[in-house]
Amino acid sequence: MSLRIVTSLCAALILSACASAPGRVDDPLEPMNRAMYAINKPIDDHVMRPIAQAYVDYVPKLVRQGVSNVFGNIDDLFSGINGLLQGKLEKAGNDFGRVIINTPWGLGGLIDIASDIGVPKGNEDFGQTFGYWGIPQGPYLFVPLWGPTTVRDGTGTLIRVWYGPVGFIPNVPLRNIIYGIGAVDLRANALDASSMIDEASLDAYTFVRRAYLQRREYMVYDGKPPPEKDD
Amino acid sequence: MKLPLFFRSACVVAFVGAMALPALAQEAPDALVIRVSGEVLQIIRTDPKVQAGDQQRIREVIEAKLLPHFDFERMTALAMGRNWQKATPEQQKVLIEQFRTLLVRTYSGALGKYRDQTIDFKPLRGDPAATDVVVRSEVARAGQAPVTIDYGMTKTPSGWKAYDVIVGGVSLVTNYRDEFNEQIKSGGVDGLIKTLSDKNKAPPPKS
Repeated sequence: MSLRIVTSLCAALILSACASAPGRVDDPLEPMNRAMYAINKPIDDHVMRPIAQAYVDYVPKLVRQGVSNVFGNIDDLFSGINGLLQGKLEKAGNDFGRVIINTPWGLGGLIDIASDIGVPKGNEDFGQTFGYWGIPQGPYLFVPLWGPTTVRDGTGTLIRVWYGPVGFIPNVPLRNIIYGIGAVDLRANALDASSMIDEASLDAYTFVRRAYLQRREYMVYDGKPPPEKDD
Repeated sequence: MKLPLFFRSACVVAFVGAMALPALAQEAPDALVIRVSGEVLQIIRTDPKVQAGDQQRIREVIEAKLLPHFDFERMTALAMGRNWQKATPEQQKVLIEQFRTLLVRTYSGALGKYRDQTIDFKPLRGDPAATDVVVRSEVARAGQAPVTIDYGMTKTPSGWKAYDVIVGGVSLVTNYRDEFNEQIKSGGVDGLIKTLSDKNKAPPPKS
């Protein structure tokens, strides 16, 4: 779909990273990111959020849960791969176990049987693998229609989207519909979080950035990040 | 040796009191969090006004049940970081008050969205004599990895108090440190106070 656009956007972002004057250490591209944030905000307010809200309001919970589960089943596969890449064999075993259980007996992942029988869901991804390997996160990025990321995590996301498997569906309209449902599913799951951000933040941009970076650090270290320096 | 009766009974009372007092005043931090969350969840599940999303009632519950167990001064000081020393005692007082109001607003919004998730508390590890601990819990979510909610807690003369809430690795205090820093950089401590009070006066955003 818009993969090529995203790729060239990322390339542009990385290039401009070299050109711009350094600001914050973790967000040297802040002026550009804020501009992207400003572009994204009305699109989110008037298009993405209402669609996601309508989806939550009119589509039965059981159906929405099924949709999340099917995408989650694919995520589990990638979580397992990334567990392996980090040598976390037990976690990887759980993730692959989940796929092996949920794909046939959960009707392609529609029903998350594995969780019901106590196989915990993992959440490894390529960005975390790169972090585990010691690759720094690089500049923070805010990408319209996608949200907060970093050069490292964004690269991980591109790899993830590239290996799909949705991208391999030859029927382009079908493929785009699936991408669309995936986007609505993602946005719908973040509805509560985004209204909380509106409520809690003094400056939503800063709030989202810090929350995202904290969250990713926590995930890279599997919940045991090194203590941060005070100020 | 014969002691007067009143003295003996006084001894008994003092002894029993000494046994009971620490248990009351110094309820272990994890026990405190479990008890308070249990009480609040019970109210959320059963109170018809809370169920109907009555913000006024939700706020009352938070004020009565949760707030006594938070150390807002420590919280505000931590969120301010090195800027805390730059604020005058009057400014500090206003900041604590405004930050408290903002957090109550945010929490009442979040509590209104609570569904029947189950919370699993982790046993407290580490030194039992510590005066600063993290109480860990995990909330199960259908079809998603569980989210952790940790409470940074400190021992005070009036029992253990929470000074940070860390959701999924995102520390509330750390998150606000960036926000506060930015406001102070552009408008000084008074600028931050103005932003906070404007935010608190505005009607809560919809959706």
